[in-house]
Amino acid sequence: MVPIPYYLALSAVLFGLGVAGFVFKRNVLTVFMAIELMLNAVNLAFVAFSRALGQPEGQVFVFFVIVVAAAEAAVGLGIVIVIARNRQSLNVERINLLKL
Amino acid sequence: MFVLEHLWIIPLLPLLGAAANGLFGRAWPRKTVNGIALGATGLAFLATAELAREFARLDPAQIPWTRSYFTWIMAGNFRADYALQVDALTLVMLGVVTGVGWLIHLYSTGYMADDGGYRRFFAYLNLFMFFMLTLVLAANYVVLFVGWEGVGLSSYLLIGFWFLKKPATDAGNKAFWVNRIGDFGFLLGLFVLFRQFGSLDFSAVFSGAAAMPVESAGAGVLTAAALLLLAGATGKSAQIPLYVWLPDAMEGPTPVSALIHAATMVAAGVYVVARSHVLFLHAPMAMTAVAVIGCLTALLAATIALVQTDIKKVLAYSTISQLGYMFLGCGVGAFASGIFHLMTHAFFKGLLFLGAGSVLHALGGEQDLRRMGGLRRVIPWTYGTMLLASLAIAGAPGFSGFFSKDEILLAARSGPHANLVLYTLGVLTAGLTSFYTFRLLFLVFHGAPRYDESQTQVHESPRSMLVPLVVLAALSLAGGWWAAPQLVGGRNYFESYLAPVFVAPAATEIAEGESAVRTPGLIGALLSAPVVAGLAGFLVAFWLYVKRTDLPGRVAKSLPVPHRWLAGKYFVDELYGAAIVRPLLWLSTNVLWHRVDERAIDAAVNGLGRGAARSGDSLRRLNSGNTRTYAAWVVVGAVLLTTVLMWMAP
Repeated sequence: MVPIPYYLALSAVLFGLGVAGFVFKRNVLTVFMAIELMLNAVNLAFVAFSRALGQPEGQVFVFFVIVVAAAEAAVGLGIVIVIARNRQSLNVERINLLKL
Repeated sequence: MFVLEHLWIIPLLPLLGAAANGLFGRAWPRKTVNGIALGATGLAFLATAELAREFARLDPAQIPWTRSYFTWIMAGNFRADYALQVDALTLVMLGVVTGVGWLIHLYSTGYMADDGGYRRFFAYLNLFMFFMLTLVLAANYVVLFVGWEGVGLSSYLLIGFWFLKKPATDAGNKAFWVNRIGDFGFLLGLFVLFRQFGSLDFSAVFSGAAAMPVESAGAGVLTAAALLLLAGATGKSAQIPLYVWLPDAMEGPTPVSALIHAATMVAAGVYVVARSHVLFLHAPMAMTAVAVIGCLTALLAATIALVQTDIKKVLAYSTISQLGYMFLGCGVGAFASGIFHLMTHAFFKGLLFLGAGSVLHALGGEQDLRRMGGLRRVIPWTYGTMLLASLAIAGAPGFSGFFSKDEILLAARSGPHANLVLYTLGVLTAGLTSFYTFRLLFLVFHGAPRYDESQTQVHESPRSMLVPLVVLAALSLAGGWWAAPQLVGGRNYFESYLAPVFVAPAATEIAEGESAVRTPGLIGALLSAPVVAGLAGFLVAFWLYVKRTDLPGRVAKSLPVPHRWLAGKYFVDELYGAAIVRPLLWLSTNVLWHRVDERAIDAAVNGLGRGAARSGDSLRRLNSGNTRTYAAWVVVGAVLLTTVLMWMAP
């Protein structure tokens, strides 16, 4: 059996990549995908623990996360489309209408 | 027994009058305002009369009659009730305040008839009556202090009644400030009393003080308390060193001068000294202080009054001088005589002021004695009544001032605290009193008119003003006979009426004093000295101001230095200005205002505000509006938090 630190390390790397993508990329779609990456990094950690501890709760959590992520993706993509229509751009730095 | 049970009715009536006129009277016609103001005071007077009737039936053991209506302050072991008390002294004061007060209310309806502030004036007058009645009815020092401060407030309001006149508002402020100085001493006196006796009820304080030994050698607690109370009394009753506010207070309407600054409020200090006589009798040093202050004030004010040219200023200094007599009376142990003089003084000085108001009314507001004269035939009623008042204040035999003043001087000569120097100065003052009073009378009413007859329509005052004059004249004439039988070796009714108040704590002393006094031959000899002095004063005034009217100017010219000092009122105002007011003003302006306030307090407040604004300004930059920056902060926070948690984990 693969020991748990391996899973956690992979999960941390994936999460870090997601954070980096969220912080540094300018395209809204890329940022969006970075969020998905972070969510799935967390899912990986859940599953790993569930398996290592032999308990099902972790996998139940993962299902919840997937459901929420699906809903979020639906809403988020809707927002992205509206932004793209109105601003003719997908650059997050130009989404600053609420800024003082 | 209705009024005895419900003593609060007496002060409440004028308060209701003040509230009705003051709060709702804006649209009311003058008749209604009059009716309320006079009605409230008149009912208070009737209630007082009924109270006196009921009081006379009380068992002596029930006196002083005290009623507590509710607990007002309760803090720790301090307790002050709204409690009122009646004894003979209270009754005399009540009678003077409500009786003379009502007459002056009546007078004011005529005097103030053309004034725009009619309603406000009567509201203030009634308010004053409320506080004054509270003062004299109080059964503890706390309630008394309420009245004490309240009359000060009303006095301030009424001195500055014509608030568009700068001198009037200045005079009001001066009166208030000078009184504050005295009140501070008064308050400290109350603290001393509370510390010593654990209560400020008259009964507790006086029985406690009576049980203490007389502090004949040196000063103790009672001396301190008595002197502090005296400080308050010198402020309210315009004695040295705090008398300077009273002459300025003449800026107020004349009925106010008569009611507050002659008949009632300024007597409050005398009342407090008499009320606290147990304390004073146990503190001989304080007694001496009272007598000396009173005597010096009487003399000093009388000399200033000699040369004043403003009719009301003469009367103001005369009032200060007569109040000095009352203090002298109290200071030599003749408390009943002091109070008696208070009462007769309320009659004749109230009358003199009202008469002066009538003269002002006749001359269209002229106050300068040098522009009067010859009014005797034009306003005969005013002249006649003022003549009676002048005779009374000068101590002409048979008039009220004769009995009261000479009783005081008698006590100064042969009473238990007799002092020959005080007596001599008192007699001298009696001569001066007679002189300046008749100088005023002659300058106003005799000789040739010095006012512009073509400009001024001189007219006698309306009946509402003359009736009080006549009533007060009758009282000035007859008010003294209450104490008269003593002259022929009989009973002094006034003194025996007040005897239950004053005798109890010092029974032996007064009894001894009386045995010395009761010799008719001695009385005859002693009474004559003040009478002779008064007669001399009258003759000199007659000579200078009726016979040889050219003389006063020449006398003033030949004695320029004394005249300048007298006309300048000994420059006491200037001295206080230079020694107290100016340094205080400098300190307040340059140190307290420009340094402490502006550079310390304001700077601290402004600095805090500016600091908050600046830190906010710099923190504002964190809120860039850039989502990814926020995300970066979240990451930083999460990393920090994780690190801390890992550090803290075992």
